[in-house]
Amino acid sequence: MIAIDERGYYGEFGGAYIPEMLHANIEELRRQYVDIWEDDAFQRDFRRLLRDYVGRPTPLYLAERLSAHYGATIYLKREDLCHTGAHKVNNTIGQILLAQRLGKKRIIAETGAGQHGVATATVCALAGLQCIVYMGAVDIRRQAPNVSRMKMLGAEVRPATSGSQTLKDATNEAIRDWINHPEDTHYIIGSAVGPHPYPDMLARLQSVISEEMMQQLAEQTGRDAPDAILACVGGGSNAAGAYYHYLNRPEVRLIAVEAAGKGVHSGESAATSVLGTQGIIHGSRTLLMQTNDGQIVEPYSLSAGLDYPGIGPMHAHLIASGRAEAIAIPDGEAVRAAFFLARKEGIIPALETAHAFAALDHLAYSADDVLVVNLSGRGDKDLATFIPFLDENR
Amino acid sequence: MNRITELFQRKPHEILNIYFTAGYPRRDDTAPIVQALERAGADLVEVGMPYSDPLADGPTIQASGTRALANGMSLPLLFEQLADLRPRTRLPIVLMGYLNPIMQYGDEAFFRRCAELGVDGLIIPDLPMPEYEAHYRDLVRDLDLGFSFLITPQTSAERIRRVDELSRGFIYMVSNASITGAKNAISGKQIEYFRRIQAMELDTPRLIGFGISNRETFTTACEFAQGAIIGSAFIRALGDAGGPLEPAITRFVHAIRGIQVPIH
Repeated sequence: MIAIDERGYYGEFGGAYIPEMLHANIEELRRQYVDIWEDDAFQRDFRRLLRDYVGRPTPLYLAERLSAHYGATIYLKREDLCHTGAHKVNNTIGQILLAQRLGKKRIIAETGAGQHGVATATVCALAGLQCIVYMGAVDIRRQAPNVSRMKMLGAEVRPATSGSQTLKDATNEAIRDWINHPEDTHYIIGSAVGPHPYPDMLARLQSVISEEMMQQLAEQTGRDAPDAILACVGGGSNAAGAYYHYLNRPEVRLIAVEAAGKGVHSGESAATSVLGTQGIIHGSRTLLMQTNDGQIVEPYSLSAGLDYPGIGPMHAHLIASGRAEAIAIPDGEAVRAAFFLARKEGIIPALETAHAFAALDHLAYSADDVLVVNLSGRGDKDLATFIPFLDENR
Repeated sequence: MNRITELFQRKPHEILNIYFTAGYPRRDDTAPIVQALERAGADLVEVGMPYSDPLADGPTIQASGTRALANGMSLPLLFEQLADLRPRTRLPIVLMGYLNPIMQYGDEAFFRRCAELGVDGLIIPDLPMPEYEAHYRDLVRDLDLGFSFLITPQTSAERIRRVDELSRGFIYMVSNASITGAKNAISGKQIEYFRRIQAMELDTPRLIGFGISNRETFTTACEFAQGAIIGSAFIRALGDAGGPLEPAITRFVHAIRGIQVPIH
């Protein structure tokens, strides 16, 4: 049975390793998140916004040309069609409703590629709440269009200038901001990471993905479960949502696709399940990339959304227990997979998502296999990264 | 007797605890800084174990940790420095650091090594009380180490009682809802909080830290607790020292103590 225990652990992973300065806020969330989640009025508001504002349910699309190429039946769960262009908004809609119920007036978030920052800025505009997004100074330079989107939506983007100035440091800065504002502020974390109850809360808010998937598969294939689900994993929120209702259905293979960067053992990688060892990052006991001395290592991936040095505790448990399989995909394969999907199906995926598509090349198929790839985001934001590869992909 | 316990028995007020980061500004400055602090009149020294991701620390301490790591500082190296230092100082030494590097060193081995080397106490801000109780409390007691938990203005009375029960040596009283960093004044709201805690008549002595930076804030903190902890302001003084550290350290401690230094 895969489940979180009352102390916030999935097996040996999880917990809340936080300084006392965060205790009151985390404890408030821990006490209330399940009640709020199970409250009828919350569910009514959440479902209404997912339908009318986000555009859910997202389609489950039978990718016929891709299926023919691989010799299996491949469905795409179209999270790229969500408002703001990725699954991230499922979480931010839920958390902004939660923040309102907790009486918070000020919202903070971290962002890497900017997708979560945009999704947070969006819901803050919707709720009329102040929004501050921490973003690594390096990422601000790499992801200029998303910075402009956040600003247009009224958010303040604050550069994280400590450490390596990327996602990990933006997360540190957001946590420090929360320590400095212990009463009026809610921290909308963007992935299934951080201290309990965040990983479970994120998984629940994203679980709408697999909830819809079950119903749509039943309608389209007559059975409610696929043989395998593929999802890319940085911190792991889209994968958590895509797996959620199948966690205890062992007949469904769960395939977690990580970013190998320039190669798993190149020294420039984000393949946490291979390179990581158990430790504490951002308040959670999980697998993370670190030196022998326990200093956290800066990961690398061409995609700014997968270069996180840890992995959510649920995924650490799924992989360590053998429930999920991890595949690591290098930059080049991900870029080729993005072009391949664009040419086969007319869909440009986010570079992060492209890693999940590249993993299709690493599986063996039977003709009656049914697979779902969670198409977590669209690739508009990555055009500048894709453009240099246009010539070699004519 | 543990040196921290002995200190609080001997001198239950105006305890000056100075924090600095091991390996800053230079790798081998750790021991000389402790010795200079002792000569200058500090009562207690808190040595920071540098970490790549210090969540509770402000920019000054973060930067000192980044520099220390770049200098090649590590836990095994710190233990070597402490082994040389212990016979040469009587100051109680508290190590402060985050849990992850301790886990990688081996948590039980870490506690045992600390005790062997004459470390007197530990502050691990991201180690939660339930984990401490389940895994470390007995070991820490058997090794006669001090262990300080933190309280903040948001910590409930019930939780403060638990901190009082679990802490050994002193309680680390965070002065304000904030990360570390020097501030120039203590507000009325902070004084209210100090009074509230004072009225609880806890068993364990308290040191106030975060935002204590000069004689004025130190003196105010000492009205409401047995002493105070100064970190960022001291690290800035080390960073600004330019040449030899000892004169800067002496000047700093004397200024906090209000000792007039003759002008040549």
